[in-house]
Formats: sequence, C-alpha cells, structure tokens
Amino acid sequence: MKVYIRSSACVSPQNTFNSDSFLTDIVESTGTRLKAIEPDYKEFIDPKQIRRMSHVIKMGIAAAKSCLTQANVEMPGAIITGTAFGCMADTITFLTRIVEQEEEMLPPTAFIQSTHNTVAAQIALMLECHNYNSTFVHKGISFESALFDAMMLLNEHEADNILVGGVEEMVDTSFTVLTRLGLYKRWPVSNLSLYDTSTNGTVGGEGAAFVLLTGEESVENLAQLTGLKTLYKPKSIEEGIIDFLKSHELGIDDIDLIITGKNGDTRNDEVYTELGTSIFKNKALANYKHLCGEYPTSSSFALWMTSNIIKDGVIPEILKEGDFDSISPKNVLIYNHYQGKYHSLMLVSAV
Amino acid sequence: MSLSVYIAGVGVISAIGNNVAENLASLKSEHAGMGDITMVDTIYSKQLPVAEVKLNNDELAAMADMHANISRTTLLSAIAAKEALDDADIPDLNNLRTGFVSANSVGGMDKSEDFFVKFLADNSKGKLRDIFDHECGSMTELVADKLGISDFMTTISTACSSSANAIFYGARLVKNDVLDVVIAGGTDSLTKFTLNGFNTLMILDKEFCKPFDENREGLNLGEGSGYLVLISEKVAKTLAKQPYCTLSGYNNSNDAYHQTASSPDGTGSYLAMQGALKKSRLQTTDIDYINLHGTGTPNNDSAEGTAIKRLFGPNFPPMSSTKSYTGHTLGASGAIEAVYSVLAIKNKLIYPNLRFETRMDELPFEPVKELLTEQDIKHVMSNSFGFGGNCTSLIFSAV
Repeated sequence: MKVYIRSSACVSPQNTFNSDSFLTDIVESTGTRLKAIEPDYKEFIDPKQIRRMSHVIKMGIAAAKSCLTQANVEMPGAIITGTAFGCMADTITFLTRIVEQEEEMLPPTAFIQSTHNTVAAQIALMLECHNYNSTFVHKGISFESALFDAMMLLNEHEADNILVGGVEEMVDTSFTVLTRLGLYKRWPVSNLSLYDTSTNGTVGGEGAAFVLLTGEESVENLAQLTGLKTLYKPKSIEEGIIDFLKSHELGIDDIDLIITGKNGDTRNDEVYTELGTSIFKNKALANYKHLCGEYPTSSSFALWMTSNIIKDGVIPEILKEGDFDSISPKNVLIYNHYQGKYHSLMLVSAV
Repeated sequence: MSLSVYIAGVGVISAIGNNVAENLASLKSEHAGMGDITMVDTIYSKQLPVAEVKLNNDELAAMADMHANISRTTLLSAIAAKEALDDADIPDLNNLRTGFVSANSVGGMDKSEDFFVKFLADNSKGKLRDIFDHECGSMTELVADKLGISDFMTTISTACSSSANAIFYGARLVKNDVLDVVIAGGTDSLTKFTLNGFNTLMILDKEFCKPFDENREGLNLGEGSGYLVLISEKVAKTLAKQPYCTLSGYNNSNDAYHQTASSPDGTGSYLAMQGALKKSRLQTTDIDYINLHGTGTPNNDSAEGTAIKRLFGPNFPPMSSTKSYTGHTLGASGAIEAVYSVLAIKNKLIYPNLRFETRMDELPFEPVKELLTEQDIKHVMSNSFGFGGNCTSLIFSAV
C-alpha cells in the first residue's frame, strides 16, 4: 500500500504558515528559545473561542485546517496527533491554582483543556468529525507513532485522508524546568549560528505541523511517504539505517538528500558527525533545528519541510550543510533522534 | 495479516486486589474498593471517597522490584504488566517481535505536583528527579526497560478511553504483522491534579458511586493498572495452554459534541459500539454481556444508556459497571475492564453492578444486581469513553 502526502501545513518560529515563499524569509532570533509565529487565528477559529484556547490548541487547529483546505478535503477519515508534553500551559495553570488557592474555588477550564487529546478533540469538534481520533504521547517518537498509526489505517483500508499532526508548545515554566535539566545552551546564541560552536545544549522550540495522508495517487500529491521506522536504543544506527533502506529496496546511494536532527549540542550531534565519516560521507546533508528549535515532535516540521522540498524540487540554501549543487531530490531520508534514545527514520520520495 | 488476535495473558492491580486472583475474588464476593483518601495529601480526604490500591509506594516498589521514588503510576504499571507477561508464559519470547503499548492520562503527575510546590515558591528549587519523568511516555519506557522490551513501544493518551485504545492499537500491530506479541493496557494513580480537576466539574459523588441508577450523583476516582498480552495466531499455536479468548472487534469514534460532556443521544458511544460489532461481524443479539463505561455521572450514564437503547433495543444483554467496585481509574479503566471482560468469559461470570437500586426513568433496562455464575458467555462488549469525545468499544470473543 502506497502512502502519499496530499498536503501539509506548519506553524513554526519561521514564516512557514500560509506563506508564498518557502524558507527564504528567515527569522533570526538570539537566545535559547524559538517562539512560534502566531497566525491570524480569526480565519480558523471563532473569535469567542480564541481567548479561551491555549497556544498549542490554536496552533494545532490552524495547521490542521490549513492542511485540509490545501487538500480540498472537508472531512478527514481520521485525526491523529502526537505530542510529548500535551497542553502544558493549561496543565501549569491548573497546578499553580491548586497550590496557590490550596485546592479551593478552582475554575474548571484549565483542567478541561489540559488532557493530551485536547488538540485532536478540538479539531474533531470544529469539523464535527466522528471518525477515528487518537493521540500518541511517547516522548521523541510521539509524532512518528501517530504517523505509523495512520499508515496502518490506510493499509487496513479503514480510512483515507488521514490528518496527522505533531504539536508542542513551550511555555515559560517548561522552558525554565528544561533549562534546569540542561537541555539548552548556557549563553544566548543566534539560531543562524547554532552549529558554529561545539557546546553543550541546544535551543528550545515549538510548533504544529500537519500532513494529510492518502492512499490515492494524484498529481496533486506533494510526495510519497515511502517508509517509517523508529528504533529504541539501537546497538548500531548505521546498521539500522542500512536495514531500513534495504527493506525498501534502496541503498544509501539511492538517497539524494539526508535531513538530520542536528541541534548544536555536542553530545546530540556526535552520531551525525560519526555517520558523516561513514554512510553519510559525500552525501548532500541538510539541517532544520536552527529554524524550529528542538522539541519532541520537531520531526513533524522536518516532514512538512521535506514534502515541500520534493514538490518544489528546490533545497533552500538555509538548510544546507556545506555547499552542494541544488539537485531536485527524488529520495530523501530524514534521520532524527531525541536525546539519544529514540531514533526515527522517514523515507520521503517524489511521486 | 493475522486474522485473529488472541489474549494469552492478563494482569491487573486495582482497589479490589493486587493481582488477577484477588480482583476476581472481590468481584465474586461483591467487595467494593472505595474508602477514605490516604495516599494523596489533599483537603478532600474524609470528604470524597476514592478507590485506592491498598499498598503504599514502598510496598509497590518492593513488588515491582523498582525504586520507591518513581511515580506510583509507573509502579502500578510494572506490577500488572509483569503479571500479564508471566501469565501468558510465551515459549521462546526472546525470538519474537514484542512490543509494549501503554496508556495513561497524566504521566508522572503525582511526582510533578510535589516538585511544583517547591518550584512555585522558588524556580531554582524542587528536586529535578521528581519532574524528570513527567511525560506520559516515561512510564511506558521505564516499564518496557524493566520487562526487557525494546522492539516497539508507544504511549496513547485519549483521556478515559486511553487504555482501550492501547489494547486495540496493540491488536492492530499484530494484525499488520508488525509484532508477534504486544503487552497492551494502561495505568493511572490518583493525583491531586485529577482529584481537583474532577471536583471542579462537580461530578464526584460524596458517597460510593451508583452507576446507571436514577439517583446517581457522580463518580468516585480510582487508581490501578491493567494489561493484556495480545498474540498472533502463529504464537497462539505454540502456547502450552489455551488462550483466554480473541479480541474480535473494536472501534474508535468521536462524539464531536463537547470537550468534556457527552451528547444527549450518545452519538460517539453509539458509533463505537456499532463499529465494534461490524468489525467482529456480530449482531447485537450475539453480545452476552456489556461491561459498561458506567461512570456514575448523570451525563455519561444517560448518554451511554440512550446509545444502548437505540442500538440494542428491544433485546438488552446483561450489563454492569465494574466501576462500582474500582471507581473510575481514568487512563487505566479501559484495560482493567478489558481484563474483567476476559475473566468473565473464562470464568462464566457476569458481575453485579453494586449498589443499584432504581432504574433510570429514561431507560427500558437496568444493570445486573447479583453475581451470575455458569453463564455461557461467548461475546463481551467493553465500553470506554473519555473527554474530548473519545469513545472506544472492544469486543472479546470465546475461542
């Protein structure tokens, strides 16, 4: 069963949402945290509701609705989201009130909107979509889990036009805690020079990216999602990649472009550097986390980006690692890992 | 594709027992698990009954062979998942593709809320160890590591239908030939966060809950964990014993009505039950028992009851809500009730709906009031509905 990406939409710290240009108008930001650029939500959400909704819900709805509009699909066959942290802002609001008000006179709204399935549920509610609806919450492979579910649903002929998204919001509290946990750099850095110095930590990010998957061939499709594999603490990622490509009857020579999850953190990037001396040697390489920051579902940004690279046949300069001629890639491998434990491989091909 | 998915093992820990045998004994002796709040530091102790697992974290940690300083949610998960895997006793497991699919609703919140008190007073305070495993996926990862499972793992969170979705996802992984064996289910411990959350919604009963009763006043929160071991037909043939049953039907539909409330006619529940029947190619008259979602809130029981009336009328199978024993265990409820559904088939039992007195005015049926034994049960439907309109029904069928 072939799986196609019919459309894709992305809210991110870059001008990626409903933009005419594709990663040419780059936003530079200095610090250790990249914030998503808020779309004009009035186009997608009833203004009365906008006030009550948290950042992640709004980003998710805007990306989902834009994705459907682009595909000219009114009712998706299923809605599946991936998010590691879920509705962080509402969770923190409710937790804060429990402590500050000593459990008394608490308003329910933050609790109601705090469950991890809120984004998928709100999309269903707005569309009055009664179809399959699920949310995966497994750390750095939350989005991949959602994609995998969608691919199985297509394979089972249970649904078509499946809306799949990765959503994550970064709020001040989570940024403070994650900084204390050592995830981010000690000093402010420009996102455009993220890879220039080898130091510990990366920059945090956030966003919402959706794809609409279909089993139907069409010239309108952006790309084919040829393969997806996640690996937990693999003994050898090199072997993992070779096996993955082999399972799709491809070798590394067939890959025109490799997009890696390099994030500027010395330890995180070690594996990419090592592969650069073996199977990734002399390959066209590209990075994306200087544009969206690091977050558990950032691979959804990478998939949005790759779909557009394949459709347009152009690799934006800002992504390239080193210089290489901008070829029109036919097979693109996205290799990301999250904190060294979860590794994901996505193979995206021209249709 | 593997046509049938078999249930080879079950594991459960809840307010009515620390393992399958104890849960079954309590179900038979009509022993409910509710009582005062003792494990959570809250102003609502002595005011709101809850259904706690009767072991503290040190005792759970000893049982799970894990550290007592990790989330209670993880400890509960490890105990039930291990019991299920041991029960399945699958030969040559190391050479099979094995996965762990778990669900929970608030991750390591029990630890995060401790962290948060100190953090809120001073952002440089609070033990990082207490917040490190906040993510829902952490519970799954720690237990998978403990069980030695690395081929596949993921976590689902769809509020109160979470673990029913985990089970059905696990079955699909087997059907799609991705895995041979999946341990699937869910876990949740009581937290101040959920206790206060449900309290703000004014849906907690100050007495022991009375699901499907005309005078029901809300739910009691509970905690626990449940897992099933799902296997392919090929693996089933290698077992020394007969598998319990098959998972013959499942469906996930969305109510798309309100973030927390169910639609008056139970659209989501209706579609989930109807879809599960279609998947299993069964008629409503084939269902021998319905394990209801039956939280005891006026809204849920009315919506679920109306959906059953529309779908099953005029022939209503015996039905009951075992939340009258365990309370509502949120992300664990679908899995705990799946274990009870499997046990109903195996032990020929239909469990009573405790404390039921008065039939709901709007319904032409009422739940089972007393334990029914020696029942020839071929097909059991188990319902799980949650916030966000997430509705899931599972059907288990005798082999």
